[in-house]
Amino acid sequence: MENVLLLAHTEADGSLAKAGLEALATALGLGGALTVGLVGAATQAAAGQIAGCGAARFLAVTGDAFGQPRYTTDAAAAEALCRAADCPIVLAAGTSRWARALPGVAYRLSGRVDTHATSLTSANGAPAVTRWFYRQRMEAVLSRTQRPWVVLLDPGCVAPWSSAGLAGGPRGYPACPTVEAVSVEPPATRTTVTGYQAPKADEQTIRPDAKVLLVAGAGWTKKQADGAVHAAEAEQLILGFLRKAQASLGGSKSVVDLTGEGEAVLHCMTHMNQVGQTGSTPRHAKGLSTCCHGEEPHVVGWRFVNQRRAINLDAGCGWARGKADVLYVADAFEVMRHVNALLG
Amino acid sequence: MSTPFQIVVCGSFVPDPLQTLEPVTGPAGPSLKNEMMLPAVLDPWAGHALFEAANLARKTPGSKVWLVSLGAKAKLQQVMMTVAQKAPFELVALDGPASGFTDSFETAAALAAAIDGIAGLDRARLLLFGGWESASRGACSTMQMVAERLGITEQFQGVDQIAVSDDGSFEVLERVEGGRHQVSVCTAPPALLGWATGNLPEPRNNPQVGMANMRTVMPALQRAKAAPIGNAGLAFSGVALPKQQRQTRIVKDMPAEEIAREIVAWMGEE
Repeated sequence: MENVLLLAHTEADGSLAKAGLEALATALGLGGALTVGLVGAATQAAAGQIAGCGAARFLAVTGDAFGQPRYTTDAAAAEALCRAADCPIVLAAGTSRWARALPGVAYRLSGRVDTHATSLTSANGAPAVTRWFYRQRMEAVLSRTQRPWVVLLDPGCVAPWSSAGLAGGPRGYPACPTVEAVSVEPPATRTTVTGYQAPKADEQTIRPDAKVLLVAGAGWTKKQADGAVHAAEAEQLILGFLRKAQASLGGSKSVVDLTGEGEAVLHCMTHMNQVGQTGSTPRHAKGLSTCCHGEEPHVVGWRFVNQRRAINLDAGCGWARGKADVLYVADAFEVMRHVNALLG
Repeated sequence: MSTPFQIVVCGSFVPDPLQTLEPVTGPAGPSLKNEMMLPAVLDPWAGHALFEAANLARKTPGSKVWLVSLGAKAKLQQVMMTVAQKAPFELVALDGPASGFTDSFETAAALAAAIDGIAGLDRARLLLFGGWESASRGACSTMQMVAERLGITEQFQGVDQIAVSDDGSFEVLERVEGGRHQVSVCTAPPALLGWATGNLPEPRNNPQVGMANMRTVMPALQRAKAAPIGNAGLAFSGVALPKQQRQTRIVKDMPAEEIAREIVAWMGEE
């Protein structure tokens, strides 16, 4: 198997996030000699976190300029690490930071890149990537002859690497490995990261690690049995459920588009919540759909939601056609009132 | 008021999301069954990029928008009949495959060459727009490589908002993990913005804009250069539709309270 470079950036606290550890587990599974390339304001703690992973080399580009998630500096750091490691396969987690920077790095190295990989495996010594096309409509396995081949692995596809069971060093990890510093002059940049904003909503509704995804459709904002719209109550019920179940909120395209069309809206719902063909494809163990018809463009966003239940007044909706495990033909307002009461 | 921008939007068409898609494999690799017969629409993310470009150009007098599109000419013409009514732009067409199975590296080369060939394009005022995703390949790498080829190293992906200041700098909101936006300030163009959905609704059709656009769209389509994408070095060992079909249990006439109990119990299961 070819040698592998795992690229990982540190978080604000200097550690490696779960997505990086997932990519590490995938890299180790390939069987080639592994080099770890770290990028961040400080990298020693991250190296210590994965000291026992069995990597042959640890390289790092370290400095304040490389703490900010920004194309120019991230691309320069990744390029330098790739050149120093000289590995034909470069693997990284599909984080927003690497997704922004690594395609350009692949170009600089005259290599190729594949993003949104759900697996990278070795068959007869040759690496092969599995990924989806046409927004999760079809799955393909592909390989490339060009090197370096940069692969970004989608978060949530494999179990993260864990130090459990390794001999103890400081804080339960083996002794810190020797990290070779790769010197990179921070490139000139016109971009400064000034901070972060939560979406324009009363509270955070997107929880990627939640067990349950609640999807709300446009039905919540339509006239109910009494002939009136109850958007405020709908919002209360949805947010109450999210709070009590620590669930994540998704929406159909129609419900998030209402914001721009001047109709009754759910204020907790933004385009960030949109799930489906033109939205996200979150990974959750369970999904509960409410007031949504379950048409194909929306349901392709449920590709990685394992157990699916839906509440809809229409027994002939899309969910009934093999897309949900259970369809409750009922009024979502009424059901969710009871669900919230039961959740306390 | 800031200096006018020259905004180049890259985007092509994709099959209408309501269509059933089926892969077929031929000598040239995988493609969609009856691909040329499928109704097509402008890729949703490219559409957002185009609408944001038009909005920015409207707010910054003197700005101009180009749409660089790679696809089969006949399909491009069909899609442009609708798109041309949405926003003013000048089309730069490339006659080549818009398939989801084409390689982003070669696609980027073709797009960058086309942008390089736009007469009078002022690189110092260039904002390169495109989708951060697409509903076909979803490569999420094409635009970064187009920008690199054009020497643009200020790049943003998952953009939902751009706000231009009087001094010509602009603040960009990019989607990052956990449902948050990263806020960055870039002091000046050139820059790449790969758009998420933005905040703008789809513009209504405007026949006058359509008429004006079509005066340049048809000649652009006639001038479209061939852009074969070879997929060199890329091999697909299999393309398949997902097989999972669930046996849906449809529950009717169950009291809401009982449904709620069942849902809560289900949520508690491992």
